[in-house]
Amino acid sequence: MVENRPIMTFITHLVLVLGVAMIALPIWITLVAASHDEIRMLQAPIPMLPGTHFIDNLKQTLWGAGLSGDQTPVWRMLFNSLAMAMMISVGKIAISLISAFAIVYFKFPFRMGFFWMIFITLMLPVEVRILPTFEVVANLGMLNSYWGLSIPLIASATATFMFRQVFLTIPDEMLESARIDGAGPMRFFWDILLPLSRTNIAALFVILFIYGWNQYLWPLLITTDTDMTTIVMSIKQMLESAEQSPQWNIIMMTAFLAMLPPILVVVGMQKLFVQGLTETDK
Amino acid sequence: MLKRVHFPSSPLPYLLVAPQIIVTLVFFMWPASQALYQSLLIEDAFGLSSEFVWFENFAALADDEQYLSTFWRTAVFSSLVAFLSMSVALILAGFADRVVKGATTYRTLLIWPYAVAPVLAGALWVFMFNPTLGIFPYFLDMIGIKWNHYLNGRQAMGLVIGAAAWKQVAYNFLFYLAAMQSIPRSIIEAAAIDGAGPVRRFWTQTLPLISPTTFFLIVINVVYAFFETFGIIHVVTQGGPASSTTILVYKVFNDGFVGLDLGGSAAQSVILMVIVIVMTVVQFRYVEKKVEY
Repeated sequence: MVENRPIMTFITHLVLVLGVAMIALPIWITLVAASHDEIRMLQAPIPMLPGTHFIDNLKQTLWGAGLSGDQTPVWRMLFNSLAMAMMISVGKIAISLISAFAIVYFKFPFRMGFFWMIFITLMLPVEVRILPTFEVVANLGMLNSYWGLSIPLIASATATFMFRQVFLTIPDEMLESARIDGAGPMRFFWDILLPLSRTNIAALFVILFIYGWNQYLWPLLITTDTDMTTIVMSIKQMLESAEQSPQWNIIMMTAFLAMLPPILVVVGMQKLFVQGLTETDK
Repeated sequence: MLKRVHFPSSPLPYLLVAPQIIVTLVFFMWPASQALYQSLLIEDAFGLSSEFVWFENFAALADDEQYLSTFWRTAVFSSLVAFLSMSVALILAGFADRVVKGATTYRTLLIWPYAVAPVLAGALWVFMFNPTLGIFPYFLDMIGIKWNHYLNGRQAMGLVIGAAAWKQVAYNFLFYLAAMQSIPRSIIEAAAIDGAGPVRRFWTQTLPLISPTTFFLIVINVVYAFFETFGIIHVVTQGGPASSTTILVYKVFNDGFVGLDLGGSAAQSVILMVIVIVMTVVQFRYVEKKVEY
């Protein structure tokens, strides 16, 4: 700080604490709602302080019947979300790494053509081409499968673009000395490029994991089999059934479970997260 | 673009780009071109035959009162979301930049909503504002405001804007704080020696110096409000009441999957694509050039 003004310091902390409280309020209400029993959650006003049923609700949500008898258990949905998020992040990183490697380190006909083809995809989010993409996936018989959930979301250039930037900053001497020592292209890729871009890969993984976990519209369209439901999309169905039989404690517990993994990733790997965010968007 | 030192041509690079190119072709190029093609067709009600009609779908959209009002609504929605989340983030970042000890703690406590899926943000807000149970309608009732976003279009709009802005504050805060922390301390100190107080310094130094970040964030926030808020709207209002919260991307989904008007929906997709491309180009120009003073 530049000067010492006790009142200003006080106001600073006051505003920040208020800001944090405002941002955290929805989560607080979720947690409180997830810790009361069903009956209490039907009386207005709803409680503002935590109750004692958190563990019971957690058990009932994870392994119990959940909302209604015929629904997919929540642990299964969590698994589906995890599978989708992992396939999207690992898949996208893998194909982007090798294509960026090819574009930066090889000279071959149509190199720039390929680059522009990939680059165009930077621009269009899946939402705007949703109908025809759905048709393609249906024709390939990939509805209700993990492949259908993940591969169409891999088709975008952000990661390729980022790795290209990273590779361009690696000094040419690396390749020269590797070649003098007799290393071929794949040896160079494995032993020099990959270790050098390790933190970039980790940072991108954090961003892609959150992106994959939080997908909503796409899984909603292509999964009709309830066994393939992801946890994020299950909230919608639960809210709809809440109009007949409101079990807000279970619904809010599910919402809490759905946002917990990505929040843990952001908070636990904050440094990588910040790095990934600033690298992929710029 | 290409390394000065590189490997000689061989089949290997083709194998390396092949997975990405195949995925791009099958799940990107082909669907996008299909959207373009379909936007020029009109299908009959049973989907049995379709007729090539050139730009009739677009002409129909231009005459469609509902579509035009959706356009206008989307503009209002996204500018309010961008304005609200950016100004809250700017204020918080301005104060967090002053904190000597514990700045990282505040950052941790403020950035996690980035990880919350839009649809979950919507679910939390719709619960807080549930007309019979929610905590806010309860308090609003005390001061004489009847809250029911299922009936009142303005309240519904306010609710989706609030949820969308709440989620985006984290992102904007992160970029604003990083921008402010990269301002050289000597500039701020010089102004302090000249007698400028904290508020004055914020307006005359910090704000102009972080303007590149502001431009960048405007584009990002508008893109966010245009596309990623689908989940919020789908879960909170489903575009209602009386389509008072239907924005462009929701209408594409609604007309295509619910209304089964494939041509019209495809034409809307094409318009959206053009908007995204324009915004991306604008963003790249700003990021490349940077607005400098």
